[in-house]
Amino acid sequence: MSGMTHILSAARLNRLFLAGELSAVEIAESALSRIAKVEPQVGAFLHVAAEHVLDRAKKLDARRRAGDNEFGPLAGVPIAVKDNICTCGMETTCASRMLKGYVSPYDATVVERLRASGAMIIGKTNMDEFAMGSSGEASAFQTTRNPWDLERVPGGSSSGSAAAVAAGEVPLALGTDTGGSIRQPAAFTGVVGLKPTYGYVSRYGVVSFASSLDQVGPLGHDVEDVARLFEVIAGPDRRDATNAGRTPPELKFGGDPSLAGVRLGVPRELFGQGIDSGVKARVEEAIRQLEDLGATVEECSLPSTEYALSAYYVIALAEASSNLARYDGVRYGFRAAQTGGLTEMYSKTRGEGFGAEVKRRIMLGTYVLSSGHYDAYYRKAQQVRTLVVRDFERAFERFDALVTPTTPFTAWRIGEKIDDPMAMYLGDICTIPVNLAGLPAISVPCGFVDGLPVGMQLIGKHFADAQLLQMAWAYQKVTKHHESRPVLTEEGGR
Amino acid sequence: MSTKWETVIGLEVHVELATETKVWCSCKNEFGAEPNTNVCPVCLALPGSLPVLNARALEYTIKAGLALNCKIQRRSKFDRKNYFYADLPSGYQISQFDLPLCYDGYVDITLKDGTTRRIRIQRIHLETDAGKLVHAGDDVAAADFSLVDFNRAGVPLIEIVTEPDLRSAEEAGLFLEKLRSILKYSGVSDVKMEEGSMRCDVNVSVRPAGSTEFGVRSELKNVNSFSAAVRGIEYEQKRHIRILEEGGQVEQETRSWRDAQGISVLLRSKEDAEDYRYFPEPDLPPVEVTTEEIERIRATLPELPDALMQRLMTEYGLSAYDASVIVAEREYAQWFLQAVELAGADQAKAVANWQINELYRVMNEKELGPDQIPLTPEQLVGMLKLMEKGTITGKIAKTVFDKMVETGKDAETIVKDEGLTQVADEGELLAIAREVVAANPKVFEDWKSGKQSAAQWFVGQIMKRTRGRANPQLALKLVTQALEEQAQK
Repeated sequence: MSGMTHILSAARLNRLFLAGELSAVEIAESALSRIAKVEPQVGAFLHVAAEHVLDRAKKLDARRRAGDNEFGPLAGVPIAVKDNICTCGMETTCASRMLKGYVSPYDATVVERLRASGAMIIGKTNMDEFAMGSSGEASAFQTTRNPWDLERVPGGSSSGSAAAVAAGEVPLALGTDTGGSIRQPAAFTGVVGLKPTYGYVSRYGVVSFASSLDQVGPLGHDVEDVARLFEVIAGPDRRDATNAGRTPPELKFGGDPSLAGVRLGVPRELFGQGIDSGVKARVEEAIRQLEDLGATVEECSLPSTEYALSAYYVIALAEASSNLARYDGVRYGFRAAQTGGLTEMYSKTRGEGFGAEVKRRIMLGTYVLSSGHYDAYYRKAQQVRTLVVRDFERAFERFDALVTPTTPFTAWRIGEKIDDPMAMYLGDICTIPVNLAGLPAISVPCGFVDGLPVGMQLIGKHFADAQLLQMAWAYQKVTKHHESRPVLTEEGGR
Repeated sequence: MSTKWETVIGLEVHVELATETKVWCSCKNEFGAEPNTNVCPVCLALPGSLPVLNARALEYTIKAGLALNCKIQRRSKFDRKNYFYADLPSGYQISQFDLPLCYDGYVDITLKDGTTRRIRIQRIHLETDAGKLVHAGDDVAAADFSLVDFNRAGVPLIEIVTEPDLRSAEEAGLFLEKLRSILKYSGVSDVKMEEGSMRCDVNVSVRPAGSTEFGVRSELKNVNSFSAAVRGIEYEQKRHIRILEEGGQVEQETRSWRDAQGISVLLRSKEDAEDYRYFPEPDLPPVEVTTEEIERIRATLPELPDALMQRLMTEYGLSAYDASVIVAEREYAQWFLQAVELAGADQAKAVANWQINELYRVMNEKELGPDQIPLTPEQLVGMLKLMEKGTITGKIAKTVFDKMVETGKDAETIVKDEGLTQVADEGELLAIAREVVAANPKVFEDWKSGKQSAAQWFVGQIMKRTRGRANPQLALKLVTQALEEQAQK
């Protein structure tokens, strides 16, 4: 059985561990062997902490044998953590040359919470450098491949976390989402991904890309697992002034799935032009299934959406240009060799340490904040942000949640859009408004187009993450899309 | 014919707040610790760390604002000021751009001629101090490398900006003294220039007297003491006037003051001015301050120097000068008030005299700061009581005073141990008086011929013989008696 843990859910692994039917060491070894088998093709991990995870597993087993029954909800569950989340004892590089070899002296709050829940952190996953990208190709170290088609991207920026779950290397992973970085790769790899309400999950120890948009969230095979991880990481943290100090309600799933009385809106701006016909068809089918479950579905409008993408890129990049200023070669990380003075050290260090996409974004962000441009860009973008928030508020007067495709199209070929950043940016049109408004949203698998997964996005009200998970669970209960797994060639071709 | 020029000065004063911990983390805010010992992921700006506002720093900023007669912003926010420097770990300073916590205040200064000038405070905002660079060499240019100490990084700093209301170096000096005094009274900072807890930038411009338009200003940085500020202003004033009188134009620029050489040098011109790309700090929510909160903070303000000075004059009858040198330092004022509390209000003038004439003299000699007063109010009042009772004379009191400072003992012990009790025994003193009169016939003759000062000379002799312990009035009375006796013989 231990060789098959990669098809088991986190909930199941936790139960087997607690029952003593599987030891934590067996689970960890099984995950490690799965990783060893598929990593050469997938490339989801930047760092596999084999020794660390086995040591941790032994301690969990010892505790269980000693009769300890105070285990948290993720005891015995191997988990992958995106490489922009700080972990003691493992590198935290943000997939950047700038932080190669950097080991954080402290754990992020979410990592502390993971450890306290009994989870076994098995390694750090690849990503677009500093979470800037939608394909995973902007990693300074390697390109993660989509387990459904190794010639295609897994999406980004949480490319490694999504691919690791999809490839069965781990049942759960943590990602971060600034403009869709959990939901878009979840959709591309056929897994479930939740972007919690801004302020629900602590950002302390999560390397900032855009402070007012970033949020940590879970990726997993099914809604229960994702909910379980969400409950562990969400909650008050005084080290993060943007944390809302709220504890999520206890989540229970069971009984007959029903969406009776649930009012769903479909924003026409996110469901028309530019959406691939195959994707559209899958999401329409999903909407019919939601209706079958008792939900009422109506079209609605988010008129400011058209400007949301531009506003997002102004705000996100402005914040990023400032957040990334600390990588200057003075205290840690990469420093260019043989530089004459301070200014030269800065420019060479940053010129050599950052990749092209990061530099592009820092320059854009610097530009929009520059004197003479601030009003035209940054101030205007904040005004648009307010309009986007109002659009959602108005929609939520009539609806409990909104339904959209997570992405306008399925995963593209590696290299296909690498020289066309605008095309890549446009792919985030459905996910970005959600971050601007700080709302929760979940992407759930809703079928395939030409063998590639499609994701449906449900957007909820502020701090209605639990209701969103309940809706997603009901949908998942009557569909089987989340049970489909990619067949990796090592396992005998497909 | 030369134009008359008027100098216009505005100040930007940075003051470190005396909070226990830093402004965004719980590291100790202390001066003089081993380099890089008071640091953590937050003040080192390690990846992933986030700032959380120290409520005490907010309170102290508001308190400083109230002490300087400012209005308080009910809804304020923080902004990032972006620039690269090796002592700035995050690459931006958290500061306040368009919504400073305090605004529209003022400070009244009294000029030498007794007139009062009101200097308006434009704003006070809360920001973060940077670390400190130590150059391995005489200065940056000569150094092979530089070391950074981040102990100071994240120390709360307030920036106080005046309107361009100051008109001379003297006024600027008086303003800075007054500001320092008020902030110290408020307890928000220890305002030590030498430890860098108070620093200032000076903006100077010059215009023809009577003009209402401002001239082009230069900003002077690296002004590290009040006297340097005065010297710097005088230098800039002369430099501007010279340029203008030679028919030139003053350039708007930032200059560095080199106090040792007494010159300013160009740091950067207007064209090279940095663009700080201010924008709202997204890691911190806006700050809301309620009326209740403001009133609670106001209630913690002690009596400030202006009010206290008035009270010392009206309640205790002190002269303006005496009152001003007592309120000049918070410690002096507290010392005075404690002494008067113990001695009674009728002794206030005596306390003031001893404090100003003797205590300050001793402290000057010993080069002691206001936080090192070498005498307790109890000691002084004990001595005053002995004088009142007639146990010691005023002359002896000075000896006792010095011994109290020297030994830390109280007056009573010193008087007892040293046998300094006043001689008030008429018989004993009369005997001495007769002796000295008899022994000095020449002076007696002077007295007889009408030289009144001769009697005083005999009193002096009695003092000498009693080592100053004789009651002076009594001694004069008995000398007169002995002289008259001698005359009748």
